Amino acid sequence: MPVVGLLGVGLLAVTACADGDDGPGAGTRTLTVFAAASLTDAFGAVADAFEEANAGVTVELNLAASSTLREQILSGAPADVFASADISDMTRVLDAGLAEGAENFATNEVQIAVPAGNPADVAGLADFADGDLLVGLCAEEAPCGRLGRAVLANAGITPSVDTNEPDARSLLTKIRSGELDAGLVYRTDVLAAGGSVQGIVIPADDNVTATYPIVALGASAHPGAAAAFVDFVLSDEGRDLLAANGFGPP
Amino acid sequence: MTIRDRTQGHRGQGHAQGHAPWPILVLAAAALAYLAVPFVALLQRAPWSDLGELVGQPVVRDALRLSLTTAFAATGVSLLLGIPLAWALARTRFPGRSAARALVTLPMVLPPVVGGAALLFAFGRRGLLGGPVYDSTGFLLPFSIWGVVAATTFVAMPFLVLTVESGLRAADTRYEDAAATLGASRWMIFWRITVPHATPSIIAGAVLCWARALGEFGATVTFAGNLQGRTQTMPLAVFLALESDRDAAIALSLVLIAVSLAVLLPLRDRWLATPS
Repeated sequence: MPVVGLLGVGLLAVTACADGDDGPGAGTRTLTVFAAASLTDAFGAVADAFEEANAGVTVELNLAASSTLREQILSGAPADVFASADISDMTRVLDAGLAEGAENFATNEVQIAVPAGNPADVAGLADFADGDLLVGLCAEEAPCGRLGRAVLANAGITPSVDTNEPDARSLLTKIRSGELDAGLVYRTDVLAAGGSVQGIVIPADDNVTATYPIVALGASAHPGAAAAFVDFVLSDEGRDLLAANGFGPP
Repeated sequence: MTIRDRTQGHRGQGHAQGHAPWPILVLAAAALAYLAVPFVALLQRAPWSDLGELVGQPVVRDALRLSLTTAFAATGVSLLLGIPLAWALARTRFPGRSAARALVTLPMVLPPVVGGAALLFAFGRRGLLGGPVYDSTGFLLPFSIWGVVAATTFVAMPFLVLTVESGLRAADTRYEDAAATLGASRWMIFWRITVPHATPSIIAGAVLCWARALGEFGATVTFAGNLQGRTQTMPLAVFLALESDRDAAIALSLVLIAVSLAVLLPLRDRWLATPS
């Protein structure tokens, strides 16, 4: 990983020489943001807006399950910002001394996702116990899996699960194509899937809220830009973009 | 036989085998080191003291049993279908043969996840073929052990087909010609001459196919899903363990490596021994 870092610095030096007129600290910088898979669309919009407001900065998104990102960061992956869908994954990164001062920037909740038209007539959480239906959850290791199980436990339902998908997107792909009758994903995932998936709201008494924290990582090659990105996510403009993608305020 | 005898008697052969030029040795050592270092790093990270406890968990037993069963099943299906296909590619001429050969290499080039998605579109509940089958019989490949076998066969069979095909191409066809002259039927020639002559390449192909099937991840998780005891093979268990418990993931990887070595090494010594 230090090789990548050195290479980045080298490139930066070259480009800084080439575009010396862009003002102090300018030049082409690439900010690597590790973000939870559920943030794919929201952070796509946030990254575009941030790039527009900060000339010379390119945001590169690495999207995966928060737990995968956490392991990558703990192994020394060159990341500037970490946006997690789960507080425990963030805590592990903070405890390892790789960053400090994480802030919560969004919330999400669980929804039942069914294929468009709801072919199996799924009505609620109770249908997850029906062995004749094909239902999926996220794997326990992924935040959406922990949340989904917590919701089912709240409702007192023992699900008859047919698959534990590695992340919400892969679960959603199987629901969208009609291979599964129902699954538990984030509300924002249902929204992002558009018309190909329908959401069924879970009663508030059974539902669980996921809180999303964000932090600029200490090893960032561009600490200024990383802090600016975090501030942008927490700003009113950032919150509006998140809200447009279905996220609630922290 | 006469040809082989003449090659063995060729002068200077012993000398060429004895002293390899040093640039070749250096590159060979670099290649070996590049392959070895990751395994050394894995062993160095291994949680040796907790290994027994980590490996003894039911989730590991289930995954290992499923991995071995499905890898052998996929190899069996690949042998049954792949040898005839390899023979057809090597020994017959038919329109579209080069297209067929390209098709065989496709699953090797394709990212396995894409292969899994393609399988879903073909054999899933709403798939091209899977849809009508499910509607009339209720039979479903995804989310079952058959789905795992289907996904691993799709990814692994090309290794067998291509290996056997190249073995058949390199083989001397004069024995088959002689048998045909003596009146043997084509079926008899295939069984009594072609297959026995191709045995080394069939074994090599089967080993490659089995190894590829054992390590299969992308197509399996995309097509068959992931459920302990039903579709969760070792690679899937390792991938998920990596997200929660790195020690467990390393322990699982060591089990997978040990099992593959235990199966492959004796086979290698028995069938693929290098000439002394």
